[in-house]
Amino acid sequence: MGLEKFLENAVLTTTISEVLKWGRKNSLYPFAFGTACCAIEFMSLSSSVFDISRFGAEVIRFSPRQADLLLVAGTITFKQAPILKQIYEQMPEPKWVISMGACASSGGFYDNYCTVQGIDEIIPVDVYIAGCPPRPEAILDAIMLIQEKIQKEPTEYQKPKRPIVIGNE
Amino acid sequence: MTIEKEFYKDLHTELLFVNFGPSHPASHGTLRTFCALDGEKVITAVSEIGYLHRGFEKTVEHKTYNQVIPYTDRLNYVSSIMNNVGFSKAVEKMLGITITDRCIFIRVIISELMRIIDHLVCLAALLVDLGALTNYWYLYNKREVVYTILEKLTGARLTNSFTRIGGLYRDLYDGFEDDVKFALTDIEKAINDVLKLNKKNKIFLDRTQDVCIVSKEDAISYGFTGPCLRASGVEYDVRKANPYYYYDQFDFDIPVGEHGDTYDRIFVRFEEMNQSIKLVRQYLKKLPSGPINSDDKRVSLPDKNDAYNNIEGLINHFKIIYEGVKVPSGEIYDSTEAANGELGYYIISDGSGTPYRVRVRPPCFYIFASYPDIIEGYRIADIIATLGSLNIIAGELDR
Amino acid sequence: MENITIGKLKENFSTSILEINTNNGDAFVLVEKKQIIPILTFLKNDSELDYNMLIDLSAVDYLKHPVKKAERFEIVYQLYSLTKNHKIRIKVSIEMKDLCVDSATSLWKSANWAEREVFDMFGIKFNGHPNLRRILTHHEFIGHPLRKDYPIKKRQILSVNDTLMDEMEQKLREKGLKQ
Repeated sequence: MGLEKFLENAVLTTTISEVLKWGRKNSLYPFAFGTACCAIEFMSLSSSVFDISRFGAEVIRFSPRQADLLLVAGTITFKQAPILKQIYEQMPEPKWVISMGACASSGGFYDNYCTVQGIDEIIPVDVYIAGCPPRPEAILDAIMLIQEKIQKEPTEYQKPKRPIVIGNE
Repeated sequence: MTIEKEFYKDLHTELLFVNFGPSHPASHGTLRTFCALDGEKVITAVSEIGYLHRGFEKTVEHKTYNQVIPYTDRLNYVSSIMNNVGFSKAVEKMLGITITDRCIFIRVIISELMRIIDHLVCLAALLVDLGALTNYWYLYNKREVVYTILEKLTGARLTNSFTRIGGLYRDLYDGFEDDVKFALTDIEKAINDVLKLNKKNKIFLDRTQDVCIVSKEDAISYGFTGPCLRASGVEYDVRKANPYYYYDQFDFDIPVGEHGDTYDRIFVRFEEMNQSIKLVRQYLKKLPSGPINSDDKRVSLPDKNDAYNNIEGLINHFKIIYEGVKVPSGEIYDSTEAANGELGYYIISDGSGTPYRVRVRPPCFYIFASYPDIIEGYRIADIIATLGSLNIIAGELDR
Repeated sequence: MENITIGKLKENFSTSILEINTNNGDAFVLVEKKQIIPILTFLKNDSELDYNMLIDLSAVDYLKHPVKKAERFEIVYQLYSLTKNHKIRIKVSIEMKDLCVDSATSLWKSANWAEREVFDMFGIKFNGHPNLRRILTHHEFIGHPLRKDYPIKKRQILSVNDTLMDEMEQKLREKGLKQ
């Protein structure tokens, strides 16, 4: 009302969801599930030349319970698959998954008895990055796409609440 | 070490079983060690590998010899061109062709650069595990300098596939030598910075000296090769024992440790980087000019003029690409000194353009086989420092 | 040099040597399966030969090779001497009906995991091996992938990872700390 005329540029009015989304996208805690060569490119990303910390995602948490972005970097074999599934299930909501590289997205050029042909056979994926291995700038592009996705998706406060039905099941 | 049974009766303590990996920040990839702990000390451990088994040996039985080269890249992915050189050298020996001098010199210069960056990754990751985080940026940024050179030369940063059977993918670009000289001075500066921070640091010395000692006899019995073997006191380097690519005509030393503990393994790597820098400078001074691909028609692709204008050139090009380089029936075991040790290829051919069997002798496999035994009796902090010093690359371990 | 090794082998084990050949500059010796451990022990302990390092142990399946071999499988030992700087390749033929051979773990510790890998990939058993189980493929895998008759695209899904408790208990029992 009249308050904004007094305070002018010192106050922003918005919804809680927008602030929440802005906070979430600028402070992603990645969980680098690095298995193979793509993990080395991910390590390059956290060096000071490509600098992932300017996106707020420098705190690489090695515990799934404290992370919200699962970055699968490298080939997933059938021996590793139950572990990947367990890590995904241990992460709390909201969570996003980036599949980095050709091997994680589709099995790469290993079409044989032991390689999972793409991690989307096991867990849902939000962004796929192509490359073998992809350049660090490509991973940064994927993180920016995740940030856009976070901005556009409705938060849990905006989803319509279902009525609780009481009755005989 | 023995534990008296009465100890358990009094305190009612139990062994604690903890899984270290396969998804762990300090386990450097997909290694799993299942430890039985008494407090912080490891009583016994069991290791499991195979989480990155991608079927290299089965897959390459269906590809031509030149198509195998990108697969070899991904074996030891931090120093990929060394794997390519090892494979190409074995196949060229089987074919009985000689490659040109310029090709040899370029392969050695790039291999030694790869050795330097492999040691940079090993040391950077190890120092991060010990808690010395700044060194990671000092060492890893120099990798970016070398990546820029490799990108201009081969087109890719990490998995380059630079060699071909009989030669190389392409020749050096103008300005390569200046770039390399600049990179070498940069790397020397970074190594000096890191040594200044760590060499006399009491915490570093306490955490690495006398930790997980591997005796000379054990190291030989386990099949150790490379920096881990040299740290235990055995002076074995394939470049000196069985010289190839003119290594015997240049001047370099092999650093050898005394105690076989983690400290020795780390400092052998630091010193090897200095020796590699010395070698690259010597090879650069004598780099000859000339063609890079051998002129044997069975192996090298013909000139583009020939391929487009006469029928023989066209058919030659077609057969080499489509059916592969035909290697006469036989077998060979050939090895080179890769960054981790002796990388050997045992190749059996059946006369066609695809190999019949390719067996890779991975240096990390034999080194990691000893890990459950050498960590017994040490604390958890020690075993993490040891794993970093052994430099286990899962791509090579599991193939 | 190979001449010393081959000469000494011919002196002491002349009945067990089936073939001696050179290919691409390396010499190899094909020996009888029953005598493999005495031969390897001799090569390791003899003071003139002194093969103190087992560089590699692997196997080959000759099912689809154009040259007919006596048996289907062959195990290849690459030996190297650090003091004398010479190497030799020893081969042993294994037939399908009797897929086993004596283990070399008592001579070199590097044979331990190498033999596990040969068992995993080819199905050849090693008598006297302390812990012969799969190493690269998962524990629910059926079949042996590197055999020529295993189709490359036959995928096998793993449901639950191995707890490794049985291997751990075996080791604890050896130490006398029974769980």
